[in-house]
Amino acid sequence: MSYLQLENLHRQFGSFQALKGIDISLGEGEFLSLLGPSGCGKTTALRLVAGFDRPNAGRIVIEGKDLAGVPPNKRDMGMVFQAYSLFPNMTARQNVDFGLKIRGREKADRSKRVSDLIELVGLAHASDRYPHQLSGGMQQRVALARALAIEPRVLLLDEPLSALDAKVRVQLREEIRRIQLELGITTLYVTHDQEEALAISDHVAVMYGGVIEQMGTPSEMYTAPKTPFVAEFIGTMNRLEAHIVDGAAGEVEHAGNRLRIDAARGRSNGERVLILIRPETLDLQAAGNGTTANGNSLIAEVLTQTFLGPVTRLKMTGGLIADMSTARASALPVGANVVAQVPTEGVQLLTLADDEALPDIGEGT
Amino acid sequence: MRLRRPRIAPSAVVWLLIAGVYFFLPLYATFDFSLKKNAVGAPCCTLHNYGWVIHNGDFWHTIKISFILAIETIAISLLLFVPTIYWVHLKVPKLRPVLAFMALVPFVVPPIVMVVGLLKTFKGTPSWFYGTPWGFLATAYVILAFPYTFFSLDAGFRAIDVHTLTEASQSLGATTMTTLVKVILPNIRTAALGAAFLTLAVVMGEFTIANLAAFHTFPIFLQYVNESQGFPAGALTLLSFMITWGAMLSLLLVGRKRGARGAVIAGAR
Repeated sequence: MSYLQLENLHRQFGSFQALKGIDISLGEGEFLSLLGPSGCGKTTALRLVAGFDRPNAGRIVIEGKDLAGVPPNKRDMGMVFQAYSLFPNMTARQNVDFGLKIRGREKADRSKRVSDLIELVGLAHASDRYPHQLSGGMQQRVALARALAIEPRVLLLDEPLSALDAKVRVQLREEIRRIQLELGITTLYVTHDQEEALAISDHVAVMYGGVIEQMGTPSEMYTAPKTPFVAEFIGTMNRLEAHIVDGAAGEVEHAGNRLRIDAARGRSNGERVLILIRPETLDLQAAGNGTTANGNSLIAEVLTQTFLGPVTRLKMTGGLIADMSTARASALPVGANVVAQVPTEGVQLLTLADDEALPDIGEGT
Repeated sequence: MRLRRPRIAPSAVVWLLIAGVYFFLPLYATFDFSLKKNAVGAPCCTLHNYGWVIHNGDFWHTIKISFILAIETIAISLLLFVPTIYWVHLKVPKLRPVLAFMALVPFVVPPIVMVVGLLKTFKGTPSWFYGTPWGFLATAYVILAFPYTFFSLDAGFRAIDVHTLTEASQSLGATTMTTLVKVILPNIRTAALGAAFLTLAVVMGEFTIANLAAFHTFPIFLQYVNESQGFPAGALTLLSFMITWGAMLSLLLVGRKRGARGAVIAGAR
């Protein structure tokens, strides 16, 4: 039986429908990330669970009990906010102690729990500092300890790392996961950073336009996106519009090139499809002048090279993107003609409705 | 290496001197005046006038009334406006401009018009309210001090993230009242103190309403002495100045706590 359930949640603000009926089921001790671009409804969903807002329709059930009408201070949900939310008039220690004091726990009991939690988030040396004496990362650690102090039924994190710099962000997200696993606490995490979501979650739910586009494990989301939006949002993806020309042989046609793709087998001829190819699976070779595409390949010209450390990303004509080792990429400078070998296996195909336009969420990262 | 002390520009010194003279010269003149005796050929400097003030029963009586009135006005204002402004910031921010407009009304309406209106409005109310300064006058002073209270508190609330602090507190199990008392109030302490200082200053110096409503407060006594006896009035003015400053200082000391300053700085970020 699931521990936390969101059933057909709707939320409307005036004429804007922030949530159009989302369903989530989460087992005890699991970590789910709600991932999506700004305005997709992920924070709205989290606020409904926390009780700061009420749904127009739908239910939130925890351990079989409907939370309708339960105020936020009676929900036992620990929350870490995007904005720094520590009480400025209290030290780190007093902040962590706040929830326990409200609950009327005994002083000795409280003191031990606060010390344990401050130790857990690695801030034993700074427990008597006020928030303005702590860095952003330290403040969010205290906020995490404060949320955990009350032994919440669910831990809610609303983009807790978005205000921090890149290095601290990576460090802290790993710590959040470590602590979550150590305490076995059911966690709902909101983020717009797909790398963050994939790195620390048991499950990821990608949201777009107030609905859940797809929910699954990070590996499923990466390797088998089910919608064009998910394909674009999770990682970087080559998206090539094509149509099936020979379903029996698994052949598709894209921009006048015939490509053989295993996933196309058994599809009906003329079907409009979207070919999804990860940049790291696209193999590039230098092409001589007058080279034409043969086999399973596309001809393109290198437009830009972006150095990403161990790999270099090449952007080419026809919207193609490929990631390759920096050493190999040096042989393919900007302006060079290349042959991009499309793999027959491991390439995804999505059926496109005749009038369906591709979602535009900006440049993939 | 010796650190160079920051140089103060000569023009700044000149302006500081002018400001200093502007501020202290009247005080010095009053002090000088207060040391004279109300008799021809009396020696130059005497503390006789101060003795007269200190031994005057009316002085202590009226200053007590005004001081209690000030405390009462501060208490009512803060009890009324802190939760109101908190609620407006949290739930109905659209109402803030309306409240700000209302806060300007006591500035726009002349005290004479206000007192006539208030006397008419409250006519027929019980005598414990209408006939004592603790009822009618305190009510009038709460209205009179509203602009100062509102704008001070509003600035305080704007300097902190009311929404996030409230939600954080609620998620930890606190009720709205606990949140207000334990989380919000300590973080607007400076703003509340500012409101209290200004209210104190308003009440300790208010003359028109008290005079027209026939209450015997300290400014009424001061005006009476000023009209009848010149030299003691100087001493009285200075003493009242010191008492008001003393009251403000004690408010500051009562309101200050360890960490409060840091709280304000952090809250303002």
